[in-house]
Amino acid sequence: MSNVPADLKYTRTHEWVRSLKDGTIEIGITDHAQHSLGDLVFVEVPEAGRQVGAGEPCAVVESVKAASDVYAPVAGEVTAGNAELATTPELINQDPFGAGWMMRLKPANPGLLSELMTPQEYAALLKAEGG
Amino acid sequence: MVDFGGWDMPVQYTSQIGEHHAVRRGAGLFDVSHMCVVDLRGAKVRAFLEKLVANDVGKLRTPGKALYSCMLTESGGVIDDLIVYFFDESGLDESWFRVVVNAGTRDKDLAWIRKHAAEFGVDVQERTDLAMVAVQGPDARVKVAKLLSREGAEAALALGQFVGREIDGWFIARTGYTGEDGFEVMLPAKDVVKVWRDLNALGVASCGLGARDTLRLEAGMNLYGNDMDESKNPLESGLAWTVALEPAGRDFIGRQALEAIKARGGIPRFVGLVLEDRGVLRSHQKVIVPGVGTGETTSGTFSPTLERSIAFARVPAGTGATVQVDIRGKLLNARVVKPPFVRLGKARIDLGDKLR
Repeated sequence: MSNVPADLKYTRTHEWVRSLKDGTIEIGITDHAQHSLGDLVFVEVPEAGRQVGAGEPCAVVESVKAASDVYAPVAGEVTAGNAELATTPELINQDPFGAGWMMRLKPANPGLLSELMTPQEYAALLKAEGG
Repeated sequence: MVDFGGWDMPVQYTSQIGEHHAVRRGAGLFDVSHMCVVDLRGAKVRAFLEKLVANDVGKLRTPGKALYSCMLTESGGVIDDLIVYFFDESGLDESWFRVVVNAGTRDKDLAWIRKHAAEFGVDVQERTDLAMVAVQGPDARVKVAKLLSREGAEAALALGQFVGREIDGWFIARTGYTGEDGFEVMLPAKDVVKVWRDLNALGVASCGLGARDTLRLEAGMNLYGNDMDESKNPLESGLAWTVALEPAGRDFIGRQALEAIKARGGIPRFVGLVLEDRGVLRSHQKVIVPGVGTGETTSGTFSPTLERSIAFARVPAGTGATVQVDIRGKLLNARVVKPPFVRLGKARIDLGDKLR
């Protein structure tokens, strides 16, 4: 069974969102997502300053078998991409909710964060998908 | 699990990269029972195969010897690639050969084989009673030998490259699709689950389709449907070595078309690529050859052995030492190399500088 930390928000496309004290959010892919993809060998994260729209593909994760887009959960401005992932993409497999974070974003409308999925809703989605 | 030619098959059992390394460093086990095994019997099987396949079965004189070949359309397109085994022609009225074709092309292959077999009076029998496992890696042959009788083990370990024989009721051949030593074993389907578990117990790792793909790509081996199909001929698919134009009198299907293609010249090159930048090459990416033209990758992956991305590509004649590949709109640099990338656990190409 996949790990679904209780202190995060989630998307239908298997990203997680952590609210940070400075008002920005940290984004990565879930344990379920990394497990489905398998061993990651290449990760491309956005550069700071890029404006992204909600649902826009803004990063790419590639495992041996396939490439997948990672989508912005909400609109905003990228404040940081995790540079470590360029040389150690396996951090996402090893620690998807921690060292494997992908990007930080300053949300255009912080009020919309409450509309993301709760851990309970995300766990129900995984169950429905058979994971 | 994925659908593969109508069979449910696992992409991986545990980890695709772990399974890959198991084969390069020890021994791995693949269920290849989806492959379609067809026995050909009759007085004129050899003459039939001389017409059916582009490689020359005249090279098969010793029982058990195997030959890799393509089966072509009249216009030279590849219907499928296959392995032909020569078994026996000691009887006056009966010779026996076996071909192994891909699962995804089974229906059209059988139809094509039957259509041409009729005029030679060849009996075509699909062997659905047989399962097939590939045991591959530097330790693979010794592991399989542990399951055999003492005489059987000796016989199996004495097999030469690309030769098989009936041992202890199994057909064991020293063939494979990984670039490592090993065996492919055809055995009664009812026995295969026990054999699988016995090999696991001997430390042979179960390997899925994912590792099979990265291993064959590193080994420079083509995959039907990716690297060639009916719209492509073997000369532009890295398979010229499997086309026997000698002896000149052997009139195999597709011969005239290939001779015309050769005479015209300008045949696209089929090359290996090593990505010099960070990223992963995949099939159907556009290859840009500055000043020459464009081509396309046919298979691509991350090579676990080389820790670089590698690919096969069809590029214009006249392509030089470097190309660029369009990956999601970015042009990345790749070096042109001659496959295989890896053989018997060792890199066969210069890896050059560290990744940028």
